[in-house]
Amino acid sequence: MSSGTTILVALLLPVVAAVSCQIFGRLGHPNLRDVATPLVGAGTFVAVWQLGDDVLRGGRPELVLLEVLPGVELAFQVEPLGLLYGLVASGLWIVTSIYAVGYMRGHHEHNQTRFFTFFALSIFAALGIAFARNLFTLFLFYEALTLLTFPLVTHHGTNEARRAGRVYLGILLFTSISFLLFAILFTWRLTGTIEFTPGGILGSEPSSGMVTVLLLLYAFGAGKAALMPFHRWLPNAMVAPTPVSALLHAVAVVKAGVFAILKVVVYVFGLDLLAGSNASLALMTIASFTMLMAAVVAIRQDNLKARLAYSTISQLAYIVLGAAMATATGVLAGGLQIAMHAAGKITLFFCAGAILVATHKKKVSELDGLGRTMPWTFAAFFLASLSIIGIPPLGGSWAKWYLMVGALETGFAWQAAFLGVLMVSSLLAVFYLMPVVVRGFFATSPTAGPSGSAGGDRKPIAEAPFLCVAPLVLTALLSLALFFVAGELATLLSF
Amino acid sequence: MIEKIVVLEVVLPLLAAPVCVLVRHPRLCRLFSLGVVALCFAIAVAVLLEVRGGGVISYQLGGWPPPLGIEHRVSTVNAYLLALVTAMALVVLSFDSRGGPPRVPEQRKHLYYAVFLLCISGLLGMTITGDAFNIFVFLEISSLSSYILVSLGGHRRAVLSAFYYLVMGTIGGVFFMLGVGLLYQVTGTLNLRDIAVRLEPSLDDRGTVLALALLVVGISIKLAVFPLHHWLPNAYSFAPPKVSAFLAATATKVSFYLLAMILFTIFGAPFVFEELRLQAVLLPLSILAMFLASGAAIFQTDLRRLLAYSSVAQIGYMTLGLSTANATGLAGGLVHLFNHAVMKGGLFLVVACLLYRVGSVHIDALAGIGRRMPLTSAALVIAGLSLIGVPGTVGFVSKWYLVSGVLERGWTAAAVLILLSSLLALVYVGKVVEVVYFRKPPETQPIDHVREAPFGMLAPTWVLAAAAVFFGLTTNWTYGVAREAAELLLAGGI
Repeated sequence: MSSGTTILVALLLPVVAAVSCQIFGRLGHPNLRDVATPLVGAGTFVAVWQLGDDVLRGGRPELVLLEVLPGVELAFQVEPLGLLYGLVASGLWIVTSIYAVGYMRGHHEHNQTRFFTFFALSIFAALGIAFARNLFTLFLFYEALTLLTFPLVTHHGTNEARRAGRVYLGILLFTSISFLLFAILFTWRLTGTIEFTPGGILGSEPSSGMVTVLLLLYAFGAGKAALMPFHRWLPNAMVAPTPVSALLHAVAVVKAGVFAILKVVVYVFGLDLLAGSNASLALMTIASFTMLMAAVVAIRQDNLKARLAYSTISQLAYIVLGAAMATATGVLAGGLQIAMHAAGKITLFFCAGAILVATHKKKVSELDGLGRTMPWTFAAFFLASLSIIGIPPLGGSWAKWYLMVGALETGFAWQAAFLGVLMVSSLLAVFYLMPVVVRGFFATSPTAGPSGSAGGDRKPIAEAPFLCVAPLVLTALLSLALFFVAGELATLLSF
Repeated sequence: MIEKIVVLEVVLPLLAAPVCVLVRHPRLCRLFSLGVVALCFAIAVAVLLEVRGGGVISYQLGGWPPPLGIEHRVSTVNAYLLALVTAMALVVLSFDSRGGPPRVPEQRKHLYYAVFLLCISGLLGMTITGDAFNIFVFLEISSLSSYILVSLGGHRRAVLSAFYYLVMGTIGGVFFMLGVGLLYQVTGTLNLRDIAVRLEPSLDDRGTVLALALLVVGISIKLAVFPLHHWLPNAYSFAPPKVSAFLAATATKVSFYLLAMILFTIFGAPFVFEELRLQAVLLPLSILAMFLASGAAIFQTDLRRLLAYSSVAQIGYMTLGLSTANATGLAGGLVHLFNHAVMKGGLFLVVACLLYRVGSVHIDALAGIGRRMPLTSAALVIAGLSLIGVPGTVGFVSKWYLVSGVLERGWTAAAVLILLSSLLALVYVGKVVEVVYFRKPPETQPIDHVREAPFGMLAPTWVLAAAAVFFGLTTNWTYGVAREAAELLLAGGI
C-alpha cells in the first residue's frame, strides 16, 4: 500500500466507524455498534503507525486530493509533529471508545448512536488537522472539528448544555474566523503561498512589528489552545459527557489548537525568524500568564471536571510556551507535552467519570474516603497527577525538563523569570491535584461511623463498571511507560 | 451554429409564455416550462463552454449590423450569468408544484407559469443584449412579471409588498431610462460597445456624470443596494417561497451584472474608480449593508424576513468586491453571485419545504422540527454554514477572494470588517439552528403530525445544498469563470 493510500485509509476509517455506528444503531444492534468503534479505532491507529515508519526514515508521505482554489490544495502530508498528534488522537480513541461504552451505559445516557457517530467524526477531523499540508486544509478541518464536537457538547440538550454550546461555538468560531482566517489570508497576501514549508514561508521580509501581530493573531486565532482571555469555552464544554471531556477536551480538540500553533511556528514563521524576537517574548509572556492564572483558578474549583478543565488550560500554555521559544528544544518540549499531557489528563478525566458513574459525585469536597472504595481509580488518579505535575518517573517530567532547558536557552534577559513561572506552575499543580488524592485516601468518609478508625468496618470495593476502570488503569500505566520511551519521541521530534 | 442558437435564450421562454396561456393545463404547462428552461440551460452551458478562454459570440437581430441594429453579444461575463439564471430557474421550477402560489385556483395556474417564463425571458434578455435601450425593455419585462409573481403570495400583505416593489422598481427603471437617454444624447448611439468607444468620460462633462449617476442609482434600486433596499425584505417574505428562491437567486444577480457592466465597460474603471472615486461611496455603503442588514436579520422572528435581510447584507459583499476594482476582489464579488444564489436559493427552498409541512416559518413554529424533518433541517444547516463562510462551502470561497482583494488594495480595516460581519451571520444562522434542533415544541402546537417534506421538494433543495459543498471544494467552474470575467471587465470588454 502506497503511503498516500495509507493516509487516506487512516482518514477514512473514522468515517467508516461513524457510518457503521449509524447502521448498527438504526438496526438496533447496540452491542455490534459498540464493538465496531474500538475495532475500527485500532485499525486507524495501525494505519497511522504505518505512516510512522516512513516518517522516522525521513520520508514525508503525501496525498493531494484536489485543488480547491488556484494555488490552494486540499492536501495532506505527514511530518513528525502531525504524526505524534495523529498517534495520540487515534491511540487514545481506542481506549476512550471502550471507556465510553462503560460510561454511557453505566450512566444511562440517551442518544448513544448519535454520540458515537459524532465522536468518530471528530476523530476524522482531528486526523485531518494532524496531516494537513497547508493552512487551508488545517483551517478546513479545524472548523469541522468545532462544528462536529458541538452536538457532543450539547448532548444533554438541557438549557445549561445549550448555553454552554453557544459559548463554545461563539468563542471558537469568533477566534478562528476573525483572527486565524485573517492571519492565513494575510500570510497568503504576503507570500502567495500557504504551504507548510520547513524553515518557514515568511522569509525575513516582514517587519518585527508585523511578525508580532501575525504571531499573536495565529496564537489567539487557534482558540482551541485556550490562551487567556479566550479560554472560557473549555470550562463550558465540560457539560458534555465525560468521555467527550476526556478525549476531545483534554486531547483531540485542545491539542488541535496548540498543534496548530506549533505547526505555524515551525513551518510558517520558521524558528530562525522568531527565535529571540519580540514576537517570541510577547507570546511567551501571554503563555506564562495563562499558565499561572489558570492554575490559580483551578485550585478554587470544587467541581472536579471544572478543576481539570482549568488545569488543562494551564497545561496547554506549557505547549504554547514551548512553541513561543522558537528553539529546537522548545518545540521538542511542546511536542512531548502534547503526548504526556494527553496520557495524564485523559486518565484524570476517566477517573472523574468513573467516580460519577459509581457514586454520582461531581465535587472534590464530596470525595472524602472514596479512595478506599475505589482503589484502582484513585491510584490511577494519583499516578496521572504526578505526571501532570512533572515528577519522575512519569512521562510528564520530561516535557517540563525540556521546557526548563529551553527557557534557559532563549537568552532573554528574563529567562530566569520563565524558569520561575514553570516552577511555580508545577507547585500550583500540586495544590489543585493532590487534594483529590489526599481526600480520597486519607479523609474519613462522612458516611462512615465515628469509630471508623478501628479498621474493622472496611467498606467493600465499589468501583465503576469494568469497562470504565480498565481503560483508566491502562492510560495511567501509559503515563508511566512514556517516561521510558521519551527518547524515541525525542528522536522523532528533533528539528 | 452556436451564434444562431444564442438568440433562443430569450426567444424560447418569450414564446413559451403565450403557449402556456393557450394550453391552460397546469401540469402540462409545468412540464412544458421545465422543458423550455432545461433547453435554455443546455444552450447556456454550450455558450459558456464556447466563450470560455476569451471567445465572443455575436448575433445580429434581423441581420442588421451594429451599431444600427440590435446585437446580442455573449462573452464570459454574461455567459456566466446566463448559466446561473437558467440553472436556478431549472432547479426552482423542478421543485414540487405544491410550493407554488398558494391561493391561485387550479384553472388559472397556467398563467403563473406564463409569468414565470416571462420573468426568465426578461432576465436573460437583460443579460444577453448589447443594446442599452433593449436592456430597459427587458428590465421592464422581468420587473413587471416579478411584481405579479410577488403578489401571488397569498397573504394580503403580498399585494401591498408587490405594489411597493412596483413603485420602487419603476422609479429605478425611470432613472435607468433617463441615464440611457443622456448617454444617447452624448454619444448618439445605443449599442453598448459603441457607447463605450465614443464616450470620453471626464469630470467636467456634466451630462456624462449625470448619466452615470442616474444609471447607478437606478440599478442600485433594482439590486437593493443599502440604503435603497427597502422593497426587498417585504417582497421576499410575502412572495410564494419558490418565487423568493428564484428572485433571490437571479434578479439581484442580473442587476449586479448590469452595474458592473456600466461601471467597467461603459465608463471604464479608470474614470469611475480613479477620477470619480466611486469606491468612497460604494465601500462604506457595502460595509454598512453587511453590518446593519445582518444586524436586522438577527432580530427577525420570521425565517423568510431573516433570509431577506441576510440577502441585503450579502449584496453588500458583492458591491464591496466591485469597489475594490481589482481582479481578485471583483472576481470575489462575481463568484459570490453564484455562491449566494446557490445558498440563498437553497435556503428559500428549505423555507418552502417547511411552509408546506409546518404551515408557518415563524421562528416559534419551527421548534423541534429537526427531529420531524431531519433532511430538510440538515439542508438548512449546510446552507446556513455556507452563509457564515465555513471552509468547505461556497461561502468560504467568496470570502477568501473578497478579503484577498481588499487586502490587495491595502484596506486592512475593511478586511477585518468582512470577517467580523460573518460572525453576525453566525448569530442569525445559529439562532435558527438552535430553535430547530434544541427547543422543545410548544405544548399548544404539537408537531407530531409533521412529516419529512415530499421527495419532489427535497430533491431540488438538496441539489442546492450539495452544490454549496461541491462548489466549495472545486472552484474551476465558479471562481475560474468569475476570474476570467473580472479580468475581461477590468479590461473594459464584455
